[in-house]
Amino acid sequence: MKSFHEFITMGGFAFYVWTSYAIFAAIFAWNVIQPLVHRRRVRERLARRLRRMQP
Amino acid sequence: MAQREAVIPATTTRRLWTWFHRLASPRYFYELAGRLIPWFGWAAAVLLAAGLYGGLWLAPPDYQQGDAYRIIFIHVPAAWMSLFAYVAMAGAGFIGLVWRIKLAEVVARACAPLGASFTLLALCTGSLWGKPMWGAYWVWDARLTSELVLLFLYLGYIALDAAIEDRRKAARATSVLALVGVVDIPIIHYSVEWWHTLHQGPTVFKLGGPSISLDMLVPLLLMVVAFKLFFFAMMLVRARTEVLEREVNSAWVREVVGEP
Repeated sequence: MKSFHEFITMGGFAFYVWTSYAIFAAIFAWNVIQPLVHRRRVRERLARRLRRMQP
Repeated sequence: MAQREAVIPATTTRRLWTWFHRLASPRYFYELAGRLIPWFGWAAAVLLAAGLYGGLWLAPPDYQQGDAYRIIFIHVPAAWMSLFAYVAMAGAGFIGLVWRIKLAEVVARACAPLGASFTLLALCTGSLWGKPMWGAYWVWDARLTSELVLLFLYLGYIALDAAIEDRRKAARATSVLALVGVVDIPIIHYSVEWWHTLHQGPTVFKLGGPSISLDMLVPLLLMVVAFKLFFFAMMLVRARTEVLEREVNSAWVREVVGEP
């Protein structure tokens, strides 16, 4: 890349390139957030269950 | 001398076997995976940043495709990982089926959403690359169709898993499905050679070495390694969560969950 403008326009292919990278970012973000949120929920649920079993 | 040669592999095998057994213990796996995840995760992040910088900024435009080719840096790693995750899922499922190792069932199940994600990413980026190069977002070509079948295999696996309440029964059913679906993997891989397709042939792994300049090959390989590390990091996070759920009645889980 010679300039920032060239980087943004991607030689006229901006739509295709940047949509691809946006989908990539979204899919990766989901794959990080979803398992971590799920993990926290499971731990909270198990902790509640264990507290109920042994007060 | 002959005797000694026979002894060494036997000890190595035994040691490997002992390690394998320890690894299969949920508690050991939980702790080991917990230590590995940050390394895999941060290494993936660093390599991803380097690969994106190299691929989107440093690499020159392609002499035929201009800047549109830059989709390759996510398309190819995603497509490779879609196959890798499937083989890992089916392989772990096979181990679970044959040796009844619960941890293998957990690992197989953890591969499915990641594999489906990589397949979806490969299809979407391929489609967005196909439009400017071939003039169509989609063609019913052998490579594209077999990759779409792979997405349906992953979705079928996830749906079947969600439909069966009992974890062990679900693992048996999904593993059989995954093993039947393995037939699609060589079809995807060889589709560009077996049929005349619009999809271009291999660029990296082929006779006579890669036909791609180093400026493009280096970021591509960085992205491939980053995707692989990312897969392992997030697969292990998922597997650890399920180990906790499955082993909730054991003392060590009580300790782990009891921690703030």
